[in-house]
Amino acid sequence: MSDVQEAITRVHHEEWARVVASLTRRFGDLDIAEEAAAEAFATAVERWPADGVPPNPGAWLTTAANRKAIDRIRRESKRDDKQKEAQMSYDEPPEPLGVIDDERLRLIFTCCHPALAMETRVALTLRMVGGLTVPEIARGFLVQETAMGQRITRAKAKIKAAKIPYRVPSAEDLPGRVSGVLSVLFLVFNEGYLATGPDTDPIRHELTAEAIRLTRLIRALLPEDGEVAGLLALMLLTEARRTARVSASGELISLRDQDRGAWDRALVAEGHRLVRERLATRLPPGRYQILAAINAVHTSARDAADTDWSQVVALYDQLVRVDRSPIVALNRAIAVAEVDGPEVALATIDRLGDKLSGYHAYHAARADLLRRVGRSQESRTAYDAAIELAENTAEVAYLSRRRDQLAG
Amino acid sequence: MQYLISVIDNRTGSSTPEEDAAIDAFNEQLVAGGHWVFAGGLSAPSDATVIDARGDGEPIFTDGPYLESKEHVAGFWVFEAPDLDVALKLAAAASKACNRRLEVRPFL
Repeated sequence: MSDVQEAITRVHHEEWARVVASLTRRFGDLDIAEEAAAEAFATAVERWPADGVPPNPGAWLTTAANRKAIDRIRRESKRDDKQKEAQMSYDEPPEPLGVIDDERLRLIFTCCHPALAMETRVALTLRMVGGLTVPEIARGFLVQETAMGQRITRAKAKIKAAKIPYRVPSAEDLPGRVSGVLSVLFLVFNEGYLATGPDTDPIRHELTAEAIRLTRLIRALLPEDGEVAGLLALMLLTEARRTARVSASGELISLRDQDRGAWDRALVAEGHRLVRERLATRLPPGRYQILAAINAVHTSARDAADTDWSQVVALYDQLVRVDRSPIVALNRAIAVAEVDGPEVALATIDRLGDKLSGYHAYHAARADLLRRVGRSQESRTAYDAAIELAENTAEVAYLSRRRDQLAG
Repeated sequence: MQYLISVIDNRTGSSTPEEDAAIDAFNEQLVAGGHWVFAGGLSAPSDATVIDARGDGEPIFTDGPYLESKEHVAGFWVFEAPDLDVALKLAAAASKACNRRLEVRPFL
């Protein structure tokens, strides 16, 4: 990748949500904002290689996108006179970027509105806030691109027709609106943490960073909300291990084999502080707080052998009570293997096959347990299934090596 | 901005005196808040007539509702509200008052 292409990719990740948010506020229309932002980035792709990257790429893009939006409104207002000419001045200076930061919060509350289906909220947030393309989102959800495109188009049409407001909810409505936002942010974080796609970096730091940044913002608004704190802690404790998680050759490194000295100590400390803060309230924890506590146990161990696995299993027992998803049951079984041995875990995991046979992590966990009990042939088959389903390049590399190291 | 709020029911004329009183109280709040446009209860779907005058001949009248279903619209409100959040909040209060599920749909 050339320097300019790299700069464009970086600017896209950094500026996309700001551009969409500022245009949405200015023009009151998500569709116009999205289209104009996309056109502005396309223009940058055309022009920057020849003209060079402008000194303030964000301002350049906002200005370019504003022009595209005004052009579209002018074209449409020949047919439809609803838009006022007064709104459309090329000369209006772009918003200072600091002010627009909060615009992104508005954008996310609009994208996560409860009148939209959950899958729609996630798709819309990834498109509008995360800047993922429709094909990328479609791949993430294992649906056809056309279906995903329609889902996003319908959502934008509903937001406009039903007048879903573009604002941060009032204090009284805020707690109820936050939990939907948290699920969406967690999904965005996971897309960054375990990015999908053959040509995608295994970790998209800009997505994890964006999810963390927005979660911090929500925490500043709702400091008493345990699940906000829990999700932030969970993200920080996961993000802390980011650089230790992929080898120089682009292969995933399992938690057991990671160089713990490479973990980000500041993030670990901040995550631990949040977990302790929640424990001190003695209030019953929700799923994010429990997941954060599990990660706190892992990040407290000086090396893998020091991990307090019975504590991890106890926390998973707690988690199973609030979240009955088979994925939680799978992760609990992986922890059980460390306490009661791989045979016990394998028996549990085999019972989850019906629900999880399309999930790569199920096959990867099974492959590892089969390897440990010496069932190499079955392990190889399970690794094959996991590799087939895995979409993260580093994970595919890791799983392939493990498979090729099998005896026999 | 106006919203049509349809009351979903599987029976007609099924409201209790308590529900009627709660609806009256809610309607007074709607008026006081400047959200009232119109509201009304509807008679049974079997009282409906479907008319089709699209063809060249005489209009065709069909006895009964255009769609046979277990549930039907038993009444409606039209709210005036600045945005969907306000409309949804009013609709939640309306749902409580009439003790029925509601559908909120914006006018064009």
